[in-house]
Order: sequence, then structure tokens, then C-alpha cells
Amino acid sequence: MSIEVKNITKRFGSFVALDNVSLEIPTGELVALLGPSGCGKTTLLRIIAGMESLDEGQVLFHGEEATHVEARERNVGFVFQHYALFRHMSVFENVAFGLRVKPRAQRPSEAAIRDKVMSLLKLVQLDWLAERYPSQLSGGQRQRIALARALAVEPKVLLLDEPFGALDTQVRKELRRWLRRLHDEMHIASVFVTHDQEEALEVADRVVVMNKGHIEQMGTPDEVYTAPATPFVYKFLGNVNVFHSRLKGPWAKVEQPEGDGKGEGGSTAFVRPHEIDILREQREHALAATVQHVQAIGPLVRVELTHESEIIEVELTRDRHLELQLNAGDQVWLLPKQVTVFASAKAEPQRWAPDWVI
Amino acid sequence: MKSNRPHRVLPGFNLSLGYALVYLSLLVLIPLGGLIAKSAELSLAEFWTLATSQRSMASYRITFGTSLLAASINAVFGLIVAWVLVRYEFPGRRFFDALVDLPFALPTAVAGITLTTLYANTGWLGQYIEGQWGFKIAFTPWGIVVALTFVTMPFVVRTVQPVIEDIEAEVEEAAATLGATRWQTFWRVLLPGVFPALLTGFALAFSRAIGEFGSVIFIAGNIPLVSEITPLLIIAKLEQYDLIGATVLAVVMLVISFVLLLSINLLQWWAANRHRSEARELDPGSTGNPANTQGAAA
Amino acid sequence: MKVRRAAAETPAVRWTLTAIGVGFLIFFLGLPLIAVFVEAFRSGWAPYWEALQEKDTLHAVGLTVLVAVVVLPFNIAFGVAAAWAIAKFEFWGKSLLTTLIDLPFAVSPVVAGLLFILIFGANGWMGPLLQSHDIKIIFALPGMIIATLFITFPYIARELIPLMQAQGREEEEAAVSLGATGFQMFWRVTLPNIKWGLLYGVILANARAMGEFGAVSVVSGHIRGETNTLPLHVEILYNEYNSVGAFAAASVLALLALVTLIAKTIVEWRMAKETEMLNAALPTEKTAS
Repeated sequence: MSIEVKNITKRFGSFVALDNVSLEIPTGELVALLGPSGCGKTTLLRIIAGMESLDEGQVLFHGEEATHVEARERNVGFVFQHYALFRHMSVFENVAFGLRVKPRAQRPSEAAIRDKVMSLLKLVQLDWLAERYPSQLSGGQRQRIALARALAVEPKVLLLDEPFGALDTQVRKELRRWLRRLHDEMHIASVFVTHDQEEALEVADRVVVMNKGHIEQMGTPDEVYTAPATPFVYKFLGNVNVFHSRLKGPWAKVEQPEGDGKGEGGSTAFVRPHEIDILREQREHALAATVQHVQAIGPLVRVELTHESEIIEVELTRDRHLELQLNAGDQVWLLPKQVTVFASAKAEPQRWAPDWVI
Repeated sequence: MKSNRPHRVLPGFNLSLGYALVYLSLLVLIPLGGLIAKSAELSLAEFWTLATSQRSMASYRITFGTSLLAASINAVFGLIVAWVLVRYEFPGRRFFDALVDLPFALPTAVAGITLTTLYANTGWLGQYIEGQWGFKIAFTPWGIVVALTFVTMPFVVRTVQPVIEDIEAEVEEAAATLGATRWQTFWRVLLPGVFPALLTGFALAFSRAIGEFGSVIFIAGNIPLVSEITPLLIIAKLEQYDLIGATVLAVVMLVISFVLLLSINLLQWWAANRHRSEARELDPGSTGNPANTQGAAA
Repeated sequence: MKVRRAAAETPAVRWTLTAIGVGFLIFFLGLPLIAVFVEAFRSGWAPYWEALQEKDTLHAVGLTVLVAVVVLPFNIAFGVAAAWAIAKFEFWGKSLLTTLIDLPFAVSPVVAGLLFILIFGANGWMGPLLQSHDIKIIFALPGMIIATLFITFPYIARELIPLMQAQGREEEEAAVSLGATGFQMFWRVTLPNIKWGLLYGVILANARAMGEFGAVSVVSGHIRGETNTLPLHVEILYNEYNSVGAFAAASVLALLALVTLIAKTIVEWRMAKETEMLNAALPTEKTAS
């Protein structure tokens, strides 16, 4: 089932949590709502679930108006950030809850409930914990039970609020992969909220980057990473070097004719650390810099340089580093492989790659 | 229930708030309105004359004096009791801990007659205190202090206890490693932390003591101008069918209760918030951590 | 855990403080408690037993229980309703409402009694109306019930509000998102979570309802064998110099106090266990970055 939200606005007092947000999520897609805390992503999720009212706009489920449908009638599976397991019920009863509260006519028989719950517990690989209580489970186990509970009512939409936020890195990685697999099997629309860019890029089909109550960019993980639509997205997804105006040579595209170089009117260039190459000998337009620090991190080598007291970060492959043999204090030159320029914060990005090849 | 705009997800808001408000209105607001309306029958001058008559003034002095003394006794001993119960291990600790709540559970009339019997000149304690030292407690204002100390004892202990429990051992250890003596640690580190709770407990005890009636009337002797508390004076006026006189005193007491209630709330708010602004600066703020941004302006 | 080594008082100080603290408790609380029973049995078992079986005393016991039984359901409903609204929703005037709930704690019971005399008494607002319909509230059971309602309504609400606030909304929201109706949510999720807190409040409210003296004294009229609750009866007997009778009745109330303390301690223990479970049920440290 698809989800569509149209022109949603939500205010808390004078604070605008969501400002005219529209979004479409087709069936079968796993979408990540990504943004810093306070950007409105959780509010949007709760509005889709019917757990938060909205001031303006519409929510459509499969093209049908659902704005005023009560949360309990929306048939969405919601997984809470802190799991919200019923602490006085066993794992089994937690998962069975949604079935037991169905109107008598639709309620499955006790045997059917039992089968359904056990098969769900098997699905999340925790059937051996059926009689335990939530307090006796680890964080990762609780998360999986919360998911099983949400799936028991066969929701048309699965919504997850920071599903892995409270878990440690190892468990988080494992659960991510597992969620991806589960989603593919279920073939429903799933939306999860996260503030972790790595998580969003790794798991989702599509990433919706949000900031201050509006959507900055929507796109596949590759799109949002390689072609950020706004300065915010650039900064939020991955490391980046930021150059404010008035550079020379191939960097000079930064300099906009209309930019007078004063205040925020000036344009800004973004270059990712791996999009800069380091040269031993001077070339036209290359930027002189001094190596400050070299550190190998896994497959990459991170080099910190200074240009006129400003710090620039560059990432090299190990091979390139072996060729260069950089040491702290070396004088080198920098050339960008790709530069993105924003004439102003709101302007369309201009992307260009210099025409030389290294 | 399908409203046009489901403003609240959880059900029952209108029902629960409605019931609570109706209940409060019937039980509290309307009766209070009645009291104000009744006192409005008087002009301000008449009201003032009744409120400040010699007998009224004497009753305020006795009520507030004894309450202040009882609350002070409890502030000192309550702090010690709370400290001992939290920090030291001794036989019967849990029993004494439970016993602290006795004044909440024991009907005040029972406390009243028992304390009177204990402190009368024939009682277990009275015969020594009065017989040996010639100091009369029962049927004097001192008796009121004893009764009020009994009744209000749990307040200080129970407000201070959780705060002492929450003190981290490291704070004291830090003070010790910095060369503070135990007394300095207590005076400069522990007491300031406990102080708001102590003050709140004191205010709660004082507030309760002012209104206390059942335990006091037996032991006080109830001599007008000497050992007659304000609540008793209200009853005396009522028994003489002096409804307006009783109302005036009740308004005075109510105003004082309101002021105390307000200051207790402010105290608790202060205790909870006094370190908030600093805490906020330390708080990293958002967990959302955009990737490291390198800024380079050239 | 309890005894700290790096920063602890010398044994002498510790011993002195313990002696002062325990001495204070024994002197002010233990002694009176013992005295109640000693005085009650001063003349032996037989007079004690006889005093308890006196007709008016038995009636007073019955009336005390009746008042409590009528008052508690109303206050349970109020406590749950007020706590639900205050703990789970945001609305204008919430802190004012919370303060209002505290009011009976601050108001003298005598003033509380007077409030209802001003309304329902012969010269009160509704006095003439009540008289013309021959309804008696003051100096009768209804007045005593109303006064007791006033005195005891905060106990349950005060217990439940912080508890429900601490538990948050998520479990109820989960229940609703899984399709539960309001009724199902309350019975299956909310009530099981608050049952110990509710019981705790009921225990405290009950102790106060059965022991209330000042407010009931004002509105009851002290009619022997009719509007005398047990605490009021204690006063009457005491003023008649019937010491054994007074202390016999008082010993029943003291026993009630002891039962209250024991029940309270057990519930506290259960709640502590529950909190432990809750804390364990909360997610591990937020390591997200």
C-alpha cells in the first residue's frame, strides 16, 4: 500500500515542526527519514501513524483520504524508539496483543493466535523467549519483539521511529541487514526515522533528508550522497570541505560574477575529501598547502593540510598515498576532482569537474 | 468517538478531565466560593476588626509560634533521622524506617489522647518532667509543640531521605581527596545539596501544623489567650453560632495556607531547576550529529 | 554499599548520630504507640473486651467503615481520571489544576468542615432548600461523607500523577496503534501498570478517611450512636473520663495504623521491584551518535 502526504503543516505553539511537507511512498519501498533532531522527522512519522494531529494538509493511504482516521483504525505497524513493550506481559502476550483486542467477530481463535504468534517469533528468531518478560531481554531482542508485535496485525504500512537508535553499534549493524531482508519479504511500504546518515544510506531504497521542518532532498542513497541538492545535505551526509568565495583557478568557478564577496551573498563551494587530489609539483591553479598530519584509517589515508591557516581534509587511497609518500611539513598542491558551488543557500547547485585527468 | 480532527491520540481526555473538573468544582471551588461570599457580607473594616481581635491575635501567635517551633525541631532531628536511616546499618533500621510514617497512619485523635496521657503529671513522662523538674508540658503551649512535632515528623524525613540517597559517593570522595574534613564536606558539599529539600520539608511540616486540630485539642488545655489554637477558636465560634466570626478566621487561615502552598511549589520548582541552565550548556544538545564539517575560508 | 570507606564519619560520630536519631524516633513515635495498648489493657482483658463491645462503640466502628467504603470509590475514580488527564496530555491550566489537587493538604480540616457548613448548614446557601425538602446533610451521614471526600481526594491522584508521568505515553500509544479500543487499552495496559501505585494511594486515603477527626468533627454534630465515627467516639469517651473505653477504641485505630504501615511497606517493596524492572526495561545507554 502506498502512502502519500500532501502539504502537511504542523505547529507546536509558535514552533513550526513541519512546514508544507509533501511526500509519496509507493508500496514495496523502504524509505528513510533522515535529519538532525528537531527537524520534524519523528513528527511526520507520527502524523502518518495518526498519533499526532496536523494543522494543515492531508494523509492518503493508497489514494484514499486517511487524514481523520483514528490511529487504531489505520492498520499501521508502529515500532517505537524505546520499543514500548508492555512490561507486565510476556513476550508471547505482547505479540498476541493486537490479535486479542480485535472485535470479537474478527478475533482469531486461541489456536490461531498461538500459531500466528509463534510463527512471528520464529520469523524474528526469538521463539525460545516466548515466556520471558521484556525486562529479561537485551535491547536488540526487545527491538525484534517490538517488530514482531507490530507485524502481528498484518499492517499495510510499517513505521519505525529511530529503530536502532538505542542499540550499540554491533547489534545495530546486524538488525539493519535483518530489517532490509524482512522488508523485502513483506512487500509493504516501510518508513523509518533516523539521524544516522550511514544507516539511512545503507538500508533505504530512498532517503528523505529533512531540516527545520521541510524536506531538503529526496532521492536514492547514491543521489543524495553524490549530488546533494542543498548545502545542508552536503554537510549532513559525509565529510566536506567548505570554501567561501574568492578562490583562484579551477577553484575559481566558485567566484560568481554577481557575488560581491560581502557577507552571506558570497557563493560557497563544497568539495568532499576524496574529491581532492594532492600533487607533489605545482600546476596551474593548484592551491598551495602544507601537510599537517597523515593518518591511515582502514582502507583510506586521511591527510590534514593547511592553506593560509585554513584546514583542509583530504582522503587518499592507500595506493595513491604510497606513490606520494607524504610526511608532515611537506609542501604540496591541491586540485579538486569535482566541485559543487551554491551561489546562495537557496540557489541550484552547479556541479562541475575540471577537465584535466590525473 | 470520531471527531473531525483527532487532536489527541490517546482516548479519554475529555472524559477524565471533565470528571476531574466537575469533582473539583463541587468539592473545592464552590465551597471556597461560599466562604468568600460569606465573608463578603462584612465590610473591610468589620472584617479587620474581627480578624484582629485580641483573642484571634493570641490564637495566631500560639498557632504560628508552636508550629514554627515544631517544624524547626523536625528540621533538625528529621535531618538526622533521614541521614541515619540512609547511611548507617543498624539492627531494626527497616523497622524504624517504616515507623516514621506512623503519624500519617495513626488517627490524630488517638495521638492526642495518648500524648496527653504520656505528658500529664501522672503519665510516664509527665511525672518525671513535671515532678522532678517542675516543667509542665500537658495543658500548656509546650503540649501543643509536642503534639505538632509528632504529627508533622514524617514530612522532613520523607522529603530529605530520597535526596540523601541520591548523593553520589564520588562527590564526598572528591571533597575528601581535596583535603576537606568530614565536617567541611558536610557543611560545604552535602548540606547545600540537601537544603532545598530540607526547606521544603520544613514548609510542609509548618503548613500541616498550622491546620492541625485533632491531636492538639486534648493536650493543649485550650485556655483562651494562652493555649487556644486558631482552628479551635473557629470551632468555639461555630458552637456559639457565630458563623461570620468563624468564617473570618477561616479566610485568614485559608489565605495563609494558599501562600504556604504557593511557596512550597515555588521551592520545589526552584530545587528542581536551580542548576538547569548550567546543565543545559553541558548537554551536547542534539544526538543528531552531522558529519564532521571542515570549514575553510580562503 | 551503606558504609562508605573513603568518606565516612568516625565511629563515634556515627554512633552518636544513630543514637540521637533512633532515640528521637523511640521517644516520639515508639512510646506513644506502646502507650495506646498499655492504657487500653490497664485494667486487664475483660474490661477491654467489654468496652469494645459497647453498643455505641460498635456503631462507631460500623459508621467509620461505611464512610470509608462510600468515599474510596469516588476518590479512586477521581484519582485515576485526574492522573490520566494530567500525566498523559498537555492542556492549558494544568499546573493550576495540579495545585488545586494539593489544596486539601494545606487547608485545616476545621476550615474544610466549615466550608460545608456554610453551604449545607441551616443558615447556609442551600440550607433553606434542603430544609424544605427535609434533607439533612450537616450533622448527618452525607455531610460526613462529603467532608471526608474533601480531605482524602488528593491521596490517590498525588500517587498516580508522578507514576503515570514516569511511565509515559508510549505503551498506550502502542496499544492504540495495534487496534485496541480505549477500554481495552485501559484494562489491559494502563491498569496493570499502575495497580501498585493505585493500591498505595488507596491505603493512604483509607487510613486518613477512617482516622479523620477535625473535618468530620465539625460537620457531624457528635450525635452518639448516630453520627459518631470511631475517632469522634474516642474523644467522647475520653472527655467522659472513660479511659479504658477511650483507649480500647483508640487501640482499634492504632491497629488499623499498624496494618496500614505494614501494607504500605509491602506495597512499597513491590513498587521498588517494579521500578527496578522498569529501569531494566528501559533501553540501554543511548550510544547513538
